[in-house]
Amino acid sequence: MKITIKLFAYFRDGRFKKRVSDFFDEGTSPGEVITSLGLDLEDVGVIMVNNRHAAADSCLTEGDVLAVFPRIGGG
Amino acid sequence: MADKIYRVNMTTLTTTVEDVPENLQGHGGRGLTSNIVAAEVEPTCHPLGSHNKLVIAPGLLSGTTAANSGRISCGAKSPLTGTIKESNAGGTAAAMLAKLGCKAIIIEGMPSTKDNWYNLVLNDKGITINEETELVGKGNFAIVETVASRLGEKFGVISIGQAGEMKMASANISIKDPDSHLRSCGRGGLGAVMGSKQIKFIALAPTDNKVAIADPEAFTAANRVFTKALVDNPISQALGQYGTNVLVNIINEAGGLPTRNFTSGQFDGHEEISGETMHDTIVEREGKPKHNCHKGCVIQCSQIYNDMNKKYKTSGFEYESIWAMGADCCVDNLDHIAEADSMMDDMGIDSIETSVAMGVAMEAEVLEFGDGAEFCRILKDEVLAGTGLGRIIGSGAGSVGRAYGVTRVPVVKNQAIPAYDPRAIKGIGITYATSTQGADHTMGYTIATNILGVGGTVDPLSKEGQVELSRNLQIATAAIDSTGMCLFIAFAALDDATCLPALVDMLNARFGIGLTADDVTALGISILKTEHEFNLAAGFTNKDDRLPEFFSEEPIAPHNVIWDFTDEELDTFWDF
Repeated sequence: MKITIKLFAYFRDGRFKKRVSDFFDEGTSPGEVITSLGLDLEDVGVIMVNNRHAAADSCLTEGDVLAVFPRIGGG
Repeated sequence: MADKIYRVNMTTLTTTVEDVPENLQGHGGRGLTSNIVAAEVEPTCHPLGSHNKLVIAPGLLSGTTAANSGRISCGAKSPLTGTIKESNAGGTAAAMLAKLGCKAIIIEGMPSTKDNWYNLVLNDKGITINEETELVGKGNFAIVETVASRLGEKFGVISIGQAGEMKMASANISIKDPDSHLRSCGRGGLGAVMGSKQIKFIALAPTDNKVAIADPEAFTAANRVFTKALVDNPISQALGQYGTNVLVNIINEAGGLPTRNFTSGQFDGHEEISGETMHDTIVEREGKPKHNCHKGCVIQCSQIYNDMNKKYKTSGFEYESIWAMGADCCVDNLDHIAEADSMMDDMGIDSIETSVAMGVAMEAEVLEFGDGAEFCRILKDEVLAGTGLGRIIGSGAGSVGRAYGVTRVPVVKNQAIPAYDPRAIKGIGITYATSTQGADHTMGYTIATNILGVGGTVDPLSKEGQVELSRNLQIATAAIDSTGMCLFIAFAALDDATCLPALVDMLNARFGIGLTADDVTALGISILKTEHEFNLAAGFTNKDDRLPEFFSEEPIAPHNVIWDFTDEELDTFWDF
């Protein structure tokens, strides 16, 4: 399936901001994508799929936009 | 020696030093300013008249070695909202006031003629009122520089710029930081109240005095645990690296970044103004990504942002200011935003209110969306110059809407809504609607739980649980705002079980008392209720706890959602 992966803050270091990937099979979870990028799920603060919060073990489908943030805050 | 209250009467130009009454001894920061305003200010008075009072107070732990305890509170009846108001900032003043044994400064009355301006100087011997001529008409940077040469580099400064002198309803009060830059008590126009008293600045003398600690050993032990909780927290660490502006991209991704005067929830230029881009720009231009706005801050969310020539341009470059000038006005150039931020610091005007006002002016076709250069020109040639247009913009978003007949005016109780769209992040809408001080994200920062996954999770698009979330956070915030603590301790406090007990232990060790966590909650409740009662007596009703109607009628992309809380649901907020 084709998905778009977006990384934020220091997750971009040595990786990328945004990438379209057709590497993953339908039903792959955000957690599996994240781990494949060499990121530790422990460091992940927020996962969004198509602008909505999503669980690491949910299922991705064709055309999804996955956004991965470390633990961040502000205000 | 016990702390004192310094009362300054600007009608008679006299000062008195008073013992702290017993009922105020357990208060500091916001709890103290709000209790004094509620007790001494007639709620229906004109905010810029002789009956309003400006109260300035350090927090309960300010001046101690407690990490992140350097917030100072300013309080009065607000000329922007007509409600009670407390606005707090970092800088050096809170610790200096506390070390000088000053529980609060209360400034009341007003001079009988408009011609004379004054400064106040507080030192070990007391407080004096002095006539000021040199700095009238000058900006905050000139004040800081002149006070340093006139009185000494180490003096603290609390000041107003030209906006405060002109009594613009968005004027702020500036606080000198450790690098002689500025922090701002930004919201609610308290600079105009100081201007109405014709006080240009308050200088605070350095002292070798130390704040008394009842149980030093217990205090040190608790501070160690507290500091560790802050330092170990990953959010604290990210704040140090990217500043609060790290939020641009996540709020944009969540569809809650108000764009083009609140007509979309996402901004095409988000990457250009993001914390990531800002960090890289700062490093490239040899600025400082990390900077502490007060001594003892271990989070260091501030920064030094240099211009293209690697010269200092601005600091304390916050997400909400960058959002307001950026996404809300569609300006995607960080240098224009930094220039505007610096000008607003210097003239002493709230960068949120003024920029949201500029977004409303863009909708009224006073200038075009995205025109950062014109934004800066209007600040300089109109607002700073005090022209008719400048005064309309300087009086806030509501003022621009009224002057130009715009109906899409994002304000609650006439104060501009910041940085998070309440249709797409519903918890913060409850805070905007019900806050005792008009729309203000810091009153109950539901973004933590709605978006950032801190303190649990509450779906931002669902109505479920939002009233309770906002209420609990508003209560906790009122208490934290009384301690002198920076609100960013909340990220650690919400997720690290050691953090809050350590804070309570520090309060107990400082004063030799035996507060429990429940007592601290009770303090927060009592402050909120005191503020709410002031507002009711000033003429506000539950009908004022509402968002503007366009939020209920105009769906916002990408989620295409509206604000859908009923009046009855909103009114349950005060059921406690």
